[in-house]
Amino acid sequence: MVYSLPEEVLEHVFSFITSDKDRNAVSLVCKSWYEIERWCRRKVFVGNCYAVSPGIMIRRFPELRAVELKGKPHFADFNLVPDGWGGYACSWIDEMSRAYPWLEEIRLKRMVVSDESLELISTAFKNFKVLVLSSCEGFSTDGLSAIASNCRNLKELDLRESEVMDLSGRWLSHFPDTFTSLESLNISCLGSEVSFSALERLVARSPNLKTLRLNRAVPLGKLSTLLHQAPQLVELGTGAYSSGIRSDVYTGLSKAFLGCKELKGLSGFWDADPSYLPALYSVCSRLTTLNLSYSTIRSPDITKVIGQCPNLQRLWVLDHIEDSGLNALALSCKNLQELRVFPSDLYAADVNVTLTEQGLVSVSQGCPKLQSVLYFCHQMSNSALITIAKNRPNLTCFRLCIIEPRTPDYLTHEPLDIGFGAIVKHCKNLNRLSLSGLLTDRVFEYIGTHAKKLEMLSIAFAGDSDLGLHHVLSGCESLKKLEIRDCPFGDTALLANVAKLATMRSLWMSSCAVSIGACKILSQKMPMLNVEVIDENGSLDSRLDSCLVEKLYVYRTVAGPRSDMPGYIWTMDRESANRI
Amino acid sequence: MDLINFEATELRLGLPGSTDEWDKKSTASPVNTNKRSSSEMGSSVTDETDSSRSPPPAKAQIVGWPPVRTCRKNIIQGKKSEPEMGSGMYVKVSMDGAPYLRKVDLKVCKSYGELLKSLQEMFKCIIGLYSEREGYKSEYAPTYEDKDGDWMLLGDVPWDMFLTSCRRLRIMKSCEVIES
Repeated sequence: MVYSLPEEVLEHVFSFITSDKDRNAVSLVCKSWYEIERWCRRKVFVGNCYAVSPGIMIRRFPELRAVELKGKPHFADFNLVPDGWGGYACSWIDEMSRAYPWLEEIRLKRMVVSDESLELISTAFKNFKVLVLSSCEGFSTDGLSAIASNCRNLKELDLRESEVMDLSGRWLSHFPDTFTSLESLNISCLGSEVSFSALERLVARSPNLKTLRLNRAVPLGKLSTLLHQAPQLVELGTGAYSSGIRSDVYTGLSKAFLGCKELKGLSGFWDADPSYLPALYSVCSRLTTLNLSYSTIRSPDITKVIGQCPNLQRLWVLDHIEDSGLNALALSCKNLQELRVFPSDLYAADVNVTLTEQGLVSVSQGCPKLQSVLYFCHQMSNSALITIAKNRPNLTCFRLCIIEPRTPDYLTHEPLDIGFGAIVKHCKNLNRLSLSGLLTDRVFEYIGTHAKKLEMLSIAFAGDSDLGLHHVLSGCESLKKLEIRDCPFGDTALLANVAKLATMRSLWMSSCAVSIGACKILSQKMPMLNVEVIDENGSLDSRLDSCLVEKLYVYRTVAGPRSDMPGYIWTMDRESANRI
Repeated sequence: MDLINFEATELRLGLPGSTDEWDKKSTASPVNTNKRSSSEMGSSVTDETDSSRSPPPAKAQIVGWPPVRTCRKNIIQGKKSEPEMGSGMYVKVSMDGAPYLRKVDLKVCKSYGELLKSLQEMFKCIIGLYSEREGYKSEYAPTYEDKDGDWMLLGDVPWDMFLTSCRRLRIMKSCEVIES
């Protein structure tokens, strides 16, 4: 006889299981577990908003409290996805407003959100608490006014890196005087000034405020006022960090920082004036996150700050930190887990900035907990990569961008195949990798052979032939997202691995060698994939099957072809090239 | 032989007026192709480099490369606009009572402190320290003419803002400074 626990007990047990992966696994055990689980699932993550429809999600999970959606492909961040591509949040918000009156949290990334949708969110969900709009667009400060006016229990409003139509700063004043529940506010992407007195009053009546990220327009002279109202802050993003020569501002700031005993993370620092940096020395010993990547302060000043942050776990900087600063980082910050070094010059090497591969090697040597790296530089060598790989087998994310495409090993002039090969061989838990420099098909052989836990791979200006792509698609068992630009990969590899594409979230290929004909075949063979060709040069109907496509985006879906495609996106029908 | 319109007579597969888009996008090298080696053709073709020694031609900018988000690019670009003003940013400096004017390169000074130091050395005077309430407590007051033609006290605004608006400097004698 099979004993089974009562539903209520199972539900209670399931409530302790919060990770999406585990929840998915639970739902696969048996039919009754599937049923119980779907009724008590409270949050869902949809990695591609076109992989499923709102209706399907709502039918399966009737009691959600939190939804997270992602829209455009990652390469949209770099202007490779034309305007009007899609990723509209509208239909999702409309249907959820009817199905989930108790929805509390909405998180959107790379989606188009309208003011009407924001207004609907603010009125339809009575207990709405969290709105995160990451790299979104399509809304204005009017939409924010609605959120401010109507969301009585709002805890978090985070607009990180979104493009907001900045009509005025008055929206912030729409938070009523009775509104006191704010815990997190991120307005760093906004251009215009918000009313400072409204901001000050908001901060003063928000005793639970832990995260405050200001925009550039908030003057440094006013920062100490805010800090005095919110000494309990854990994360602070400053506005512009300079103010002429103002010793009174400096003193006020020093004093204010002294009072912030809980501060663990700092960001902002636009236009940073190094003479104001010592004002924050009193918080440095507690800092775990420091983002100086919007400031152009030089290595000696950066080094002075870093030298006082022994507990630093995450550092984002510009390459002004130079090798000398990275050497200092390696000595002082033994708890470092994540390093991101962004370029100060997008094209040629700035002769005043000495950042080479040596800096990264030092950090890989000195920081035993380093897991995640994003590094822009102008030169690299295989020996440096091999050293890094051997020093840090615990790397989980390695993104290297050598700025000039197809740059070889600067010492041997060889391709960087063996260097990246060492990375994938030694770092067995690597889940994200971005390649750059001169690379042949060989590097892809190494990746296919060793990178078994790799989930996301970004490739640009690399490889010799279809063999490269074939190695990746046939070897990388865990691959979920593959994005490729300007590589000689084409039909053969794609058509030899069609089944693989159904196990992945998405594939992006632009300026490669894929033909219209191959897209048609792929589409016919794999009905569970949407095969979308982006081509702004006019109708595909008049072109031969042998013509190459500009951009290709392939993703698995249970929702069928989408109905909101702009004129320049073509899907391949079974019969002929056909635009819906 | 007139090689200037070489491209128009070149035999290619493709409709007239179309170019091989994929090739252009996939190469990262500068736009200069080998089709017109102008330096070998003699003086009939004006060379872009025959005037002042200008910096090397800008690399062909590839869409979406390097992979840096727009919000970051704006920060970097914003900083770059200063060097493009030329090799220096010299402004006239006059001092009350001095027989002739001097010139100072604002780009060399990275901050107000450095600028004041240069001025004090140049004119052998003591200007002193800035305070928001009282200006400079010495017999001199450093001022600058801004874009609107107004004379402003040095030090009130952030350095970067000052750089974009300063037209010339004048070290005034304190007795000349009118309190407003």
